[in-house]
Amino acid sequence: MKVSTMAEMMAAGTKPEVLFWVGCAGSFDQRAQKITKAFATILDKAGVVYAILGKEEACTGDPARRAGNEFMFQMMAYQNIQVMNAYEIKKIVTTCPHCFNTLKNEYPALGGNYDVIHHTQFLQELIENGKIKISDSNEWKGKTITYHDSCYLGRANDIYEAPRKVLESLDVELKEMRRCKSKGLCCGAGGAQMFKEEEKGTSRVNMERADEAIETKADFVASACPFCNTMMTDGIKNRDAEVKTEVLDIAEIIAKAIQ
Amino acid sequence: MEFISGIVFSILSVIAFYIFAKKLLTIKRNIHLGRPVELNDQPIARWKNVFLLALGQKKMFRNIPVALLHLILYVGFIIINIELLEIIIDGIFGTHRFFMPYLGVLYPILINSFEVLAFLVFVACLFFLSRRNIIHVKRLISNDLTGWPKTDANLILVIEIVLMGLFLTMNASDPSANFIISSWIKPALSNLNEHQLHTIEQTAWWIHILGIYAFMNYLPYSKHLHIILAFPNAYYASLEPKGKMHNMVAVQNEVLYAMQPELAPTNAAPPEKFGAKDVMDLSWKNLMDAYSCTECGRCSAACPANSTGKLLSPRKIMMDTRDRLETVGKNIDANGQFVDDGKSLLNDHITIEELRACTTCNACVEECPVSISPMDIIIELRRSLIMEDSNAPSEWNGMFSNIENNFAPWKFAPDDRDAWTKQS
Repeated sequence: MKVSTMAEMMAAGTKPEVLFWVGCAGSFDQRAQKITKAFATILDKAGVVYAILGKEEACTGDPARRAGNEFMFQMMAYQNIQVMNAYEIKKIVTTCPHCFNTLKNEYPALGGNYDVIHHTQFLQELIENGKIKISDSNEWKGKTITYHDSCYLGRANDIYEAPRKVLESLDVELKEMRRCKSKGLCCGAGGAQMFKEEEKGTSRVNMERADEAIETKADFVASACPFCNTMMTDGIKNRDAEVKTEVLDIAEIIAKAIQ
Repeated sequence: MEFISGIVFSILSVIAFYIFAKKLLTIKRNIHLGRPVELNDQPIARWKNVFLLALGQKKMFRNIPVALLHLILYVGFIIINIELLEIIIDGIFGTHRFFMPYLGVLYPILINSFEVLAFLVFVACLFFLSRRNIIHVKRLISNDLTGWPKTDANLILVIEIVLMGLFLTMNASDPSANFIISSWIKPALSNLNEHQLHTIEQTAWWIHILGIYAFMNYLPYSKHLHIILAFPNAYYASLEPKGKMHNMVAVQNEVLYAMQPELAPTNAAPPEKFGAKDVMDLSWKNLMDAYSCTECGRCSAACPANSTGKLLSPRKIMMDTRDRLETVGKNIDANGQFVDDGKSLLNDHITIEELRACTTCNACVEECPVSISPMDIIIELRRSLIMEDSNAPSEWNGMFSNIENNFAPWKFAPDDRDAWTKQS
């Protein structure tokens, strides 16, 4: 697909409405790339003029900072802010709640001030403004979906409604897990856990969460974070070898539902 | 006789309040051993938190039955303490029900409502005791509480039961009084003559007020201190989104000066210590958190690491911080200033394995009824581990070097960052 970079836009003397911050998972992880492409497809269909940083994007530093490596975080933040300020970035949308949190809450203190929104909020806006139209005969209609709250979207930033509003627009039945919204259970990936073996315990966090998702007997699990997506997929695979409840990002679900 | 007892009572009161105030000042000093941090902005939002979170106990209402019982204890505690004013005046001046003639018809209404509350407190305490000792609510029997913390919790409930019992007995043995709850006890005292009744009333009065003074002085050593500190702790609670981590300006500047040496001041101060190894390296708010903790364990019950059997328990993080801070405080009391005792919060109290299990999901912070952030302490200790001790699991070291060299936590070629645009 044709996706412009900021460099190309600048060379052509144009500016995007919004920068799509893809994030490391969205750029490199095979599963997350599908989410990235789904969201890019939606942006195209909605006629949004957007750009990516492409090779100029770098890790926000979130996992390093949460692991305790402030130096690494500050290095990455410095680099990213230099790049984005040079392009005079005003608005950013991202499909990763960790990038979202860092860009929105932590970069301002370092000189990076942008209007940052998560893709579920962006999707909600697109639907409400009629920029994208959900097909009346969309393939999710009548299905039951359970939404797994990402900690970095939910508790970290109090975003509980946008993802649910987007899913509700599909005419599906939303089934909440035992622990949801501010009580939602983590998938186990945050705080740089994604990049190391779990500590010794009696069970794995993603298994515990997978059990709660399976309990709802929903047809699909909706996620809004590439890391949650991986953790939930693995957890469900381990717990529910037969049923194979699929874990899909809200962007993927919407991409298949729009006219 | 009444004159002497008035004097004795006055002296005891002064001693009780003196010891209490002295201990509170020690706690205040201990809290200020922490790093300075400015938390005085947005007073309106802060007062709102005091009303909603502390006075209104908003977080408690995430579990309504327990919240209602706790509310009874809390309202009971505050309202019955109004009666303490009369009890103290009676004690000093040898009067008997000092306010009765002034309040007229209002007086029995007040005392009756105190009695009803006292009875409800009695019942609520029995219920809470059963949760800890019979029903065995999981978070209330966890290993975090083995030993003194478990005794502390039970002791508080038993003391409250005894105090309420004494208050009601005192009223029951007063021949001139006839109140709603204590009248239930009156039949049991019906065979006693006036002198015996008077002795019982006086004894109950003395044990009750001395019990209250003892309880007051027990507070600073107990989890029950939250009845005081919940209020300032709500005021100073973070107003930032929970996902925002505290920025380390010293490190920010180090990186800035490395990248743009022309900005570096010639007399750049050597960087501060990175992260926290001991309680003095934490902020004073972290330390106030530790003293505010009521060890209810809502944090640990919600913690994904704890509930999957990992060593980490956010409640234990808070209890360890308070224990270490008390030790440091005693060290200062004994030596005039802190003398290195070869111990620290990190390693001697909180182990690396505990810290490594945190997913930074903020569930502990969200649940805490008294505005504590155990996660903040975990992060500061992690910073010390990585930046002072270079102590990281090998996978994390790999992740750091990938970020440094490939600008992503995984080892992919940076040039492939936009490769997805070329895939079908």
